[in-house]
Amino acid sequence: MLRYANPTRFMQLSTPLLPWLGGAALVLLAAGLYLGLSVPPDYQQGETVRVMFLHVPAAWTAMMAYGLMAVASLVGLVWRHPLADQAAKAAAPLGALFTVLGLVTGSLWGRPMWGAWWVWDGRLTSFLLLLFLYLGYIALWNAIEDETRAARAAAILALVGAVNLPVIEFSVDWWTTLHQGESILRKGGPLIAAVYLWPLFAMALGYTLLFFTLWLMRIQTEILGRRARSLMLAEDR
Amino acid sequence: MSALLLRDIRLAARAGGSATLALAFFASVATLVPLGVGADLNLLARIAGGVLWVGAVLAALLALDRLFQADFEDGSLDAIALSPLSLETVSLAKIAAHWLTTGLPLALLSPLLAVMFGLPAKATLALFVSLLIGTPAISAVGAVGAGLTLSIRRGGLILPLIVLPLIAPAVIFGAGAVLAALDGLGNGALPLLAAFSFAACVLSPFATAAAVRLNLGS
Repeated sequence: MLRYANPTRFMQLSTPLLPWLGGAALVLLAAGLYLGLSVPPDYQQGETVRVMFLHVPAAWTAMMAYGLMAVASLVGLVWRHPLADQAAKAAAPLGALFTVLGLVTGSLWGRPMWGAWWVWDGRLTSFLLLLFLYLGYIALWNAIEDETRAARAAAILALVGAVNLPVIEFSVDWWTTLHQGESILRKGGPLIAAVYLWPLFAMALGYTLLFFTLWLMRIQTEILGRRARSLMLAEDR
Repeated sequence: MSALLLRDIRLAARAGGSATLALAFFASVATLVPLGVGADLNLLARIAGGVLWVGAVLAALLALDRLFQADFEDGSLDAIALSPLSLETVSLAKIAAHWLTTGLPLALLSPLLAVMFGLPAKATLALFVSLLIGTPAISAVGAVGAGLTLSIRRGGLILPLIVLPLIAPAVIFGAGAVLAALDGLGNGALPLLAAFSFAACVLSPFATAAAVRLNLGS
């Protein structure tokens, strides 16, 4: 891992990787959308079942983003790699974006299915809290001027949030629940018909690759921005 | 450590200190709610647990942003950091002082406000006990936020954004316990609240100390 922590080596590796990742993401998203639009409507949910293909992968990606952000924060805090700090910083707005996407698509699905744009259900509420965690993280990063201090403060916050997230999830679930339980990764196989699983997995993989593409691009931008700043400082001297 | 604890308590208890301000804030919020939703005592009793819990959290937050900042600005935090006490111990003392000067008085005041909200005795007891065991979690989680925002000029604005989502479980369990008592159900929420509070108090000093340390630049 330490070998890849060098920004120059990271640039060398990620630049040729980016078009492939982005291309694969596009192909998978296109295939997932096509499949998702061509499957027959569900006998209960009707056409709205197609919202699932946008909604569920967004929620998965949003949670994965927080996990990656927390891991990058831990690495940044322990080994003091600026690259890990940049990676954590770059993941936050993307994670927030996917959280918003999950909330909005869920809301669009909830209107015809539950009869309300928003219900105070466990999953919805804990996702809203996840969004606030992301926003607090971004705000903290922006508020501290010194970059290394900002990185370490944000990393501590990300880790505290990571410890607290399961508790929040549990407490909110305990509080009330309307959202359907786990129906895919469960003992005894998925509860969803196979026709719906294929577009779902295509979209999930597409979202994940899209996230990684955007993430790498953002990290590259951070590195380039850093270099530009240090060049400007060198010129001022 | 006890000297630090006593010093913080004395500072907060002085006239115009954070303790009285938090209490006054708590009471005014509780007064505004019936003005907003109407004076129906049945309705007020239903929402009393939630309203008073949210009010207590906000009142406790009010005093939090000065937890380290005042000492940071006048340089006494540097002196404290140079003392043989570890920053973890200092953080624990700060959390304890904050709880003794805001959480505890808030809990003690809550039965009075609960009576004004028409809460029956059993639910009032649940509210009092839940605030008593839940407010340490507010102080503990809040201390992490206070440490992180310590060097930010407008830290008081970011602090609630950071702390409120993290404190959500305490509000859920605390207000849940009051509602359960109101409906005559068991008190499953109180042990959960105690567990959350306890875990927060044990883990928070380490995170708080790390946050303070990085802001002192050592």
